[in-house]
Order: sequence, then structure tokens, then C-alpha cells
Amino acid sequence: MADTSHGTGGLTFDKSKRSWPNELNILLALIIIIVIFEAIGQFAPYMRDQSFLFDTKDRFDSIFNEARLQIIVLQVAIIGIIALGVTQVIITAGIDLSSGPLVAATAMIAMSFAQTELVNGQPNPKALFGTWAMDLPVIVPVVIGLTFGAMIGAINGTFVAYLRIPPFIATLGMFLICRGIALWWSGGNPVSFPTDSYAFLGSGMMPVVWFVALAIVFQLIMSFTVYGKHTYAIGSNEEAARMSGINVRRHKVMVYMIASILAAFAGIVLSSKASTAQAGMGEFYELFAIAMAVIGGISLTGGRGSIIGTVLGAMVLGVIRSGFTYIKLDGSYQLMAMGAIIIAAVILDQYRQRNRA
Amino acid sequence: MSEDIVLKTEDLTKHYGGVHALEGADFEMRKGEHVAIMGDNGAGKSTFVRQITGVEQRTRGKVWLYGDEVQFDGPLDAREAGIETVFQTLALADDLDVPDNLFLGREKTYADWLGPFRLLDYKAMRQATIDGLNRTAVKIPNIRNTIRNMSGGQRQCVAIARTATFHSKLTIMDEPTAALGVQETAQVENIIRTLKDEGEPLILISHNMRQVLDLVDRIVVFRRGRIVANLKKEETDGQDIVAYITGAKTGEEYMEHAL
Ligand SMILES: Nc1ncnc2c1ncn2[C@@H]1O[C@H](COP(=O)(O)OP(=O)(O)OP(=O)(O)O)[C@@H](O)[C@H]1O
Ligand SMILES: [Mg+2]
Repeated sequence: MADTSHGTGGLTFDKSKRSWPNELNILLALIIIIVIFEAIGQFAPYMRDQSFLFDTKDRFDSIFNEARLQIIVLQVAIIGIIALGVTQVIITAGIDLSSGPLVAATAMIAMSFAQTELVNGQPNPKALFGTWAMDLPVIVPVVIGLTFGAMIGAINGTFVAYLRIPPFIATLGMFLICRGIALWWSGGNPVSFPTDSYAFLGSGMMPVVWFVALAIVFQLIMSFTVYGKHTYAIGSNEEAARMSGINVRRHKVMVYMIASILAAFAGIVLSSKASTAQAGMGEFYELFAIAMAVIGGISLTGGRGSIIGTVLGAMVLGVIRSGFTYIKLDGSYQLMAMGAIIIAAVILDQYRQRNRA
Repeated sequence: MSEDIVLKTEDLTKHYGGVHALEGADFEMRKGEHVAIMGDNGAGKSTFVRQITGVEQRTRGKVWLYGDEVQFDGPLDAREAGIETVFQTLALADDLDVPDNLFLGREKTYADWLGPFRLLDYKAMRQATIDGLNRTAVKIPNIRNTIRNMSGGQRQCVAIARTATFHSKLTIMDEPTAALGVQETAQVENIIRTLKDEGEPLILISHNMRQVLDLVDRIVVFRRGRIVANLKKEETDGQDIVAYITGAKTGEEYMEHAL
């Protein structure tokens, strides 16, 4: 290991004192939340000795309650895919509100090129186009969907980077436009009955597989590539990034494009999982994706946070949702609690920042 | 034009709306020369630097670097043409560490076929950073620290190390010792002397009269956006320079524009 310590007049660096990574805090929070639900399950009189995450029935073949774990990760996986992109946007000190409606618009568009001609021997009752668009190879709807996402992202990025529209406004406009596209595409009718290969993309645990795979890929990209370094640099100090020769505007367009491509992919997976596409899909997804990032320690002022943080943030949201159901609390309380947690996460982030500076 | 002239500007002008921050600057420096730019706050010194380094686009005028007329679209162009700059604002990314900042915008990479996703060669950058810091004798407690956690002087040292680590055709330092302690100032002055010995030309912007008279060959004075004096070090002294800075005197060749 090279010598990285340059001791100077009274200032020496203690190598054993590595800074405590923020991700560990979130992991800790996650464990505490699980413990709380576990405790409620054990001691609350109306719960009758159930366990939240551990196996209570067949103790011999497994430790965990896989069914509940599966539900938790499945619930967060699709929004989590969106959150991976939104994380990158937030690291540049931007925001993307358009992802929820983009999920719906992409679901509609992709699904209409993924329909199957015959359903139980009868012509597809939801057919949108003629037979030319039926039974196409799965690559066709996927490429069309992702291209649509890339286009929306390029428009978002251009408005933000070149026309200097505040990201909140630019993507709020795109939020409405995408919802409009989703409604207009089939005149409000659902598009259904996909080919088997399309239906496979979101079947079973596939959404979790995509989420985990994409999270690993983007964590590596953010840590080890020029793209990642420049994304952090722009969020840290945009002017410095520009003076250092980074093409800030082009880079921002790329970040918004990647975010929208990920949201579009989430739309494909969601429509595949549901075997149908509807214009109202993905409601509040953009907000939950942002919440995952914020809970995961991504600073809204840019420059700080990691994909791992967002994945943990997603897990926190998933565990809370599932935990509230488990202790039989109403959905309305879930929303209130999640709101409180998001605000708490932002307060924590500001507190951390103040202590740092 | 002679290759001997490192930098030449003619009628270099920058207006910000109604603010005439820089007006008709004719400037010239020769190979190996170290030139100081002095002038009161708001005189237009940093504006002059921003026009040369492509950070901003000039209102009018021409710039030549080593005899070639240049028009940089951005800071990267200027840097690729061999101009290294310590900006007054330092231009550091707070959330990144020292090697990241030294190599920001010109990272050492491998697998370049990956385009924007090419891989960072952290090891090489860290080694080059340590070498650079050793050569310039700049002391940073821990290069893995983010810039955010550093003192003003340490940040300035990082910005200076960034220019001094790379060989350049022209180095520009905008108030490099403004926030530095006695020892650190001496270090920076040593870096500047090293550049002089190596024949690398330098433009130094400074308010420190002793430093300027110690280090450079020639002093150019700015006042209210205009160049008002061009003084050889041997033919001037502190009082004389102050007279130009405050407007008590104006160089003969600049009289026609005097306010
Ligand atoms: N982006 C800008 N927009 C408008 N006016 C500007 C801008 N940048 C600089 N100015 C003005 O131009 C003038 C020259 O500024 P400049 O930064 O070049 O001064 P300076 O000589 O470097 O001063 P200092 O010694 O304080 O650094 C000032 O009056 C300043 O207010
Ligand atoms: Mg200045």
C-alpha cells in the first residue's frame, strides 16, 4: 500500500480511524425497524406469538419466513429500478418527477408490440394494432420501450442542461405529458395478453433479479468509471466541474437519459408482471423512488450518496410497508408513517451536513 | 508572429451587460517570463484570466498562444492547449478526494473503448498525486479525505498542486497565496521558483507586493478594467506600483484611455 499520509505540523492522520460509511447507518436503521416489528409481534396481545421475518411453523428446514421476504423484495423491486436512476439524477443535484407516468406510457407502448394474436384460440380481445404487430420477438417491444424512455430522458436533460429550466419544473411538465401519452395511446383502454416471452420478463421473482443485477451494475459504474466520477463532481460543484473541463451539459443529458431508460424498463417489467398495461399504472412511483433515495442517504443538494444506499432505502420502505400490514395497521397509517420517515431522513441528512462542514 | 511570444492579447474586452469588466487589454509575454498582474479589487484581473482560459467567451479581441491565434470553446480546450490555471474560486469538487480533484476532467483510465463508462485507474492517480505532492512539497494530511473536510489553505494547496503536477506551456495563478499561512506561502513561492528554473512561463495575480517583487520579472497593473502600466521589476518599486494601482499615475502609453 502506498503512503497516503502526509503528516504536517501537528496534523497527523490516524489510519485506523476510517470514517463510518453512511450506508451502515441505514443498515442499522433497517435492523432496528425489523427488531421493533419483531417485538410488537412477540408481545402485542392481539398478535399471538407470530414472528415478522423468522420462521415459526417449520423451524427445521429454514430460519426465515421466505414468503414474507419474497413479498417485501417483490414490492420494492420495480420502484427500486426507477430509484437507481433517480439516485443518479439527485447526485447531480437534480430531480426527476416524470418517472411514474413514464412507467405507464412505456408499459402501454411496449405492450402494444408484445401482444399475442390468439388468446385461447380466439383473436386477442384487446388487440390494439393489426396482426402485423402480433407475436413479435420479445426484443421488439423492449427496444421500442427503452428507446421511448431514452427520448423522454433526452428531452428532460435538454431542458435542464441547455435551456436551464429548473429540474423540478422540467420534469413536472414531463410528468403530465407522459400521463397524457399513456391515456392517448389506446384511448384509455388497457392493452393486454402478451406473448409468453414478454410475460416472462416480469414473472415470479424476475423483477427482483433485474433490480439486484441493475443495482450491482450501477454501483460499479458510479464507483469505478469516469461517468460516475463526473456525476459526483457535477453535484459537488458544477462550476468547478465545468472549469475542470467536464462537458457538464452533455453529461447531465446522459444522466437524465439513463434515469428515464431505467424507468422505462421498470414499465416493461411491470406490464409483463401484470400481463396488462393501463394508463393509470405507476401512480406515485416517482415519489416512492425519490423517497427510497432520500431514505438511502442521497443528499438532495447533490454530490453525496450511493446506489447501495438507495437499495437499503428501498428495503427500509419495503420492510415498513410489510411490517405495517403484519401488525395489522391500516393503509392510511402506512402512508402517514412513511411520510414521517421521509421527512426524518431529510432532517438527518441536514444534520449530518451541518456537522461535517 | 514570433514563436517566442507565449501569450499575446489584442483589444481583449469583456462586458457583462453594462459592466465593462475588461476593456481593450493589450498584453504580451515572452518565453520563460514570469509576469505579475496587480490591481485593486474589481480591477478586472480575474476577468482577464477567464477570457484567456475559455471559461467565458470574450466580447471582442484576439488571443495568440505561441504564435497561433486561439479561440477556446471551454476550459478543456485551454487546458489541452497547455494552459494550467489556479482559479481564484479554486474550482474544486467538495465531495471528492485529492486525487479525484487533481485528475478531474483528465482521469487516468483503462478500457477506454467503454467510452464514458471507461474505468478509473485509481492506483495510478493516487501514485501520481503522491509524487506530485512530494515534488511540490505541498503537505496534505490525508489525500483520501474529501476536500470538504479541509482547511482553506489545504484546499488552496490542492488547487496549486493540480497545476504544478502537470507540465504546461503557460501557468496562471489567480491569488494563489490569498488564504495561506507563512509556511504554506513560502512553499507556493518555491513552486513558482521551480517553474522559473524550468523555464515555464507564469502569470501571477497577487495583492502581495513583497511576493511580486521577489518572484516576477515584470508587473502589469490593471485599473477599472484597463491596463494602466507595464513595469520592469528593475525600473520600479513598491511605491511606484501603488501609485499606478490607485490611479495617482498612469503609464504614458496608456494615457489616451485614462479616465
Ligand atoms: N459574471 C459577472 N457578471 C457581472 N459582473 C461581473 C461578473 N464577473 C465579474 N464582474 C465584474 O467585473 C469586474 C471585474 O471583476 P474581476 O473578478 O475581474 O476583479 P478582480 O480584479 O479579479 O478583483 P479581485 O482582486 O477582487 O479578485 C467587477 O466589477 C465585477 O463586479
Ligand atoms: Mg479576482
